[in-house]
Amino acid sequence: MFEHNVSTEPLYIEGSPFLPEPYVIRRVKRETEDTFTLELEPKPSAHPFTFLPGQFNMVYVYGVGEIPISISGDPSARGVLVHTTRAVGSVTKAMDRLKKGDMIGIRGPYGIPWPVDEAVGKDVVIVAGGIGLAPLRPSLYTLLQNRDRYGKVVLLYGTRTPADILFREELEQWRARFDLDVFVTVDRAMAGWKGNVGVVTTLIAKSPFDPRNAVAMICGPEVMMRFTAMELIKRGVDGQQIYVSMERNMECGVGLCGHCQYGHHFVCKDGPVFRYGSIKDLIMKWEI
Amino acid sequence: MESLEPILTAHPFFKGLDQAHINLITGCASNVRFNEGKFIFREGEEAHQFYLIREGRVAIELFTPNRGHITIETLDEGDIVGWSWLIPPYNWHFDAKAIEATRAIALDGKCLRKKCEDDHDLGFEILKRFAHIMEQRLASTRIQLLDLYDVRA
Repeated sequence: MFEHNVSTEPLYIEGSPFLPEPYVIRRVKRETEDTFTLELEPKPSAHPFTFLPGQFNMVYVYGVGEIPISISGDPSARGVLVHTTRAVGSVTKAMDRLKKGDMIGIRGPYGIPWPVDEAVGKDVVIVAGGIGLAPLRPSLYTLLQNRDRYGKVVLLYGTRTPADILFREELEQWRARFDLDVFVTVDRAMAGWKGNVGVVTTLIAKSPFDPRNAVAMICGPEVMMRFTAMELIKRGVDGQQIYVSMERNMECGVGLCGHCQYGHHFVCKDGPVFRYGSIKDLIMKWEI
Repeated sequence: MESLEPILTAHPFFKGLDQAHINLITGCASNVRFNEGKFIFREGEEAHQFYLIREGRVAIELFTPNRGHITIETLDEGDIVGWSWLIPPYNWHFDAKAIEATRAIALDGKCLRKKCEDDHDLGFEILKRFAHIMEQRLASTRIQLLDLYDVRA
């Protein structure tokens, strides 16, 4: 276990698992036309906050509602909590209107993290689709901070158009590193785009990793994750070494309310990160 | 002059072909080079070649009057460009443009079609390989059509 992963127990204030702790918005960053990042700072009286890559918080916009959002920041950074999301529903649209200095409520962190410890000594393949890069960014930070513990590290990122590329500056920095292979593709582009065009699964066959000794972490739309897992298995990756991050309607965050039930799992408590082998039968079921 | 036979033998597309067939195919092959921005073929032109990319990147494009050139997919090292040479009436349906300086092996489609007609075993091997590529690209295109990253998807 890495040093920064100290205590990731959810923060229960005054004994209530449902009481959010107030955070102040320190910075708002526009990522793409419809996605943004909020950097949050706890009030001075707040409990210390630590998390593992892949965990999520219940984020409460006062007077509007509460939603689950994965943490997109660096797990080793103290005193700042980072969330990246897309303005798509009533809560995220309200979040998008918040400014520096506004307050927001946080409960968490919740959920099973990405297997960054289990991946030690192995090649790591990170496959992200669209906004799915946000929940994977903390694991990339951890892998890069402990780079000598891993074999090859490969990031495959697919998104809709060049304008939808998330964390563009960081991707460019990562691309410049000699110890990380970054491949980006878009589903559609006009002439002038010099990068890849095609679905993210097309990058897998040529990626430089050893499928017999690799751990894969996938996050994106469910269909994309299904096809990505199939392509990785075709390449020779063991299904038990493939992890996906599922998204369901998490409400309580602690496995009580049942809103995020997924077969016999609760996504908030047993996930959101699952071993692909443990849910591959569920992922093919239409009713779930 | 360096023979293209070892390059064709090592290429995944021709993996498993017997030496006699490789020799036949080598007779239809030549080295080509395209500068960045150069069209390799244009929609509607006669299709009498296909290409194995050795280095560089090629965009398969379609021109639309309102939106200009739309890139449908890109292909790079190890990929095959073009199968219209195999299917009558042998016309390209899309444009192919080198978006980076590109080195490739061009296979003369007319030459290869004749050899496939004369040797159906070779023809079957070539068809099997192209069917595999078509299946992969069709599957990818279908996923692209889903527009998965759209908010409503």
